[in-house]
Amino acid sequence: MLPATPSEMMTIAAARLLKSEDVCFVGIGPPSAACNLARLTHAPGITLIYESGTIGTAPAVLPLSIGDGELCRTAVTTVSVPEMFRYWLQGGRISIGFLGAAQLDPFGNINTTCIGDYARPKTRLPGGGGAPEISTSAAEIFITMQQSRRGMVKAIDFITSFGHGEGGDARARLGLHSKGPTTLITDLAVWKIDPETKEFHAHSLHPGVTKTKAEETCGWDVKYAAFVGETPPATVLELSVLRDLVQRSQAAHRRSAAA
Amino acid sequence: MAEFLSLSEAVSRHLRDGDTVAFEGFTHLIPYAAAHEAIRLGRKDLTLVRMTPDVIYDQIIGMGLARKLIFSYAGNPGVGLLRRFRDAVENAWPRSIELEEHSHAAMANAYEAGAAGLPFAVFRGYRGAELARVNKNIRSVMCPFTGEQMAAVPAIRPDVTFIHAQRANEQGDVLIEGILGVQKEAALAARQTVVTVEEVVHDFDGVHPNACILPRWAISAIAVVPGGSHPSYAAGYYGRDNAYYLAWDDIAADRRRFTAWMKQHVLEASAADFAERTKIREIG
Repeated sequence: MLPATPSEMMTIAAARLLKSEDVCFVGIGPPSAACNLARLTHAPGITLIYESGTIGTAPAVLPLSIGDGELCRTAVTTVSVPEMFRYWLQGGRISIGFLGAAQLDPFGNINTTCIGDYARPKTRLPGGGGAPEISTSAAEIFITMQQSRRGMVKAIDFITSFGHGEGGDARARLGLHSKGPTTLITDLAVWKIDPETKEFHAHSLHPGVTKTKAEETCGWDVKYAAFVGETPPATVLELSVLRDLVQRSQAAHRRSAAA
Repeated sequence: MAEFLSLSEAVSRHLRDGDTVAFEGFTHLIPYAAAHEAIRLGRKDLTLVRMTPDVIYDQIIGMGLARKLIFSYAGNPGVGLLRRFRDAVENAWPRSIELEEHSHAAMANAYEAGAAGLPFAVFRGYRGAELARVNKNIRSVMCPFTGEQMAAVPAIRPDVTFIHAQRANEQGDVLIEGILGVQKEAALAARQTVVTVEEVVHDFDGVHPNACILPRWAISAIAVVPGGSHPSYAAGYYGRDNAYYLAWDDIAADRRRFTAWMKQHVLEASAADFAERTKIREIG
């Protein structure tokens, strides 16, 4: 079997953080792959929730959108979108919110709105969707994205979803009692929020990744945990389950209107 | 009271230039046929409302028919950005568009407030989020009991809401199954509601008592359009045409290709073409 690609390693490292007892609000894209890999390997009991209202879903293929039919067919129940955001998210029943980001700063603040000025954007991005309230109402936030100097920046152009603001006790000062972002999983490393400064510190580098590589692909000055380990390599089981899942999903997405 | 009309009659009678209109659907049951009819009729200066404006709003915006967009996520989910929407925002092509941007939680609450006859929605949201700086309709109120500062947004009250559903019965009641999104709230928040359906059945005998049914007296008009949500999907009838969503990224990338595509597949097409499309495997 070929070794894990950086992208596969990102999904696998992210999946390992999830537990069977978690109730996870899943963002589309990389978070969805990680959450379903966890469900298909070590966390079969995990409750996956998508903002389309599907609670406890167990899709055989990764959805292309957050409202694919597969999510509804395999869910414990499907509720309306207002109920999803009011009772289940705002009501405090989500243990993990799993988000992606177009731009991220070292304090876990996320931009998915625009590059450049809001009124005259250089690039208009899709916007916040569910993330502004997921980031404050879920008990804890995981973020996953590929490292790049354009994506991981010292200051983001727009705070779509609040992480730790300028750090320290910024969340508490806003009256937020949830933990906010605690972990960032990239294609090169696992990062954890420092308990005092609330900045991401690189905690472990994926196999074969050097500090130089991690720093070259990050737009902020990389800080490291006291001990920086190596992320345990992908196992044969993790890789084979992930590759099967991705292959099934790509085939399904290429198919058009199947009856 | 729901009237059964042809789609062109339903849209021409209930949608006017300058209206605030919601074509709602959350991945599932997006009312494409109704929106294409609005494009063919050339209804313009519209304020479009939707939580997840996807390809259908990209098409309306690209045709220059929208003045304003009230939304919370404008993307082609799993594929990328909306290129006609971007062109309008970044380059004012074919015209500029005003944005009123929210989060999903805000829009869902605002529709619910509209359905409930309230002037605004209150929820715990937008903490630390910069949208509150650029959208004057995001404000705050204090809880009179605890003193907590809560987010407030105005209720959404469309002039008309269009939705797609699986079935109507002969009396004009409408049954919606599967992912419901915010359609019930959007329908009840609007002054008028037009529903396209896959088919009409005699009655709803045997349907679960807790099923989502909009009674006939809460609906203005029903048009029967098999396949009317393609390339979105109707659970129990046809699946999502993911290949269409993937192909759209290229079609919308170029103004001329987009314009030619719209001419062929929308302007020179009709509601009757939708049934075939749920069987076709490739587009453009």
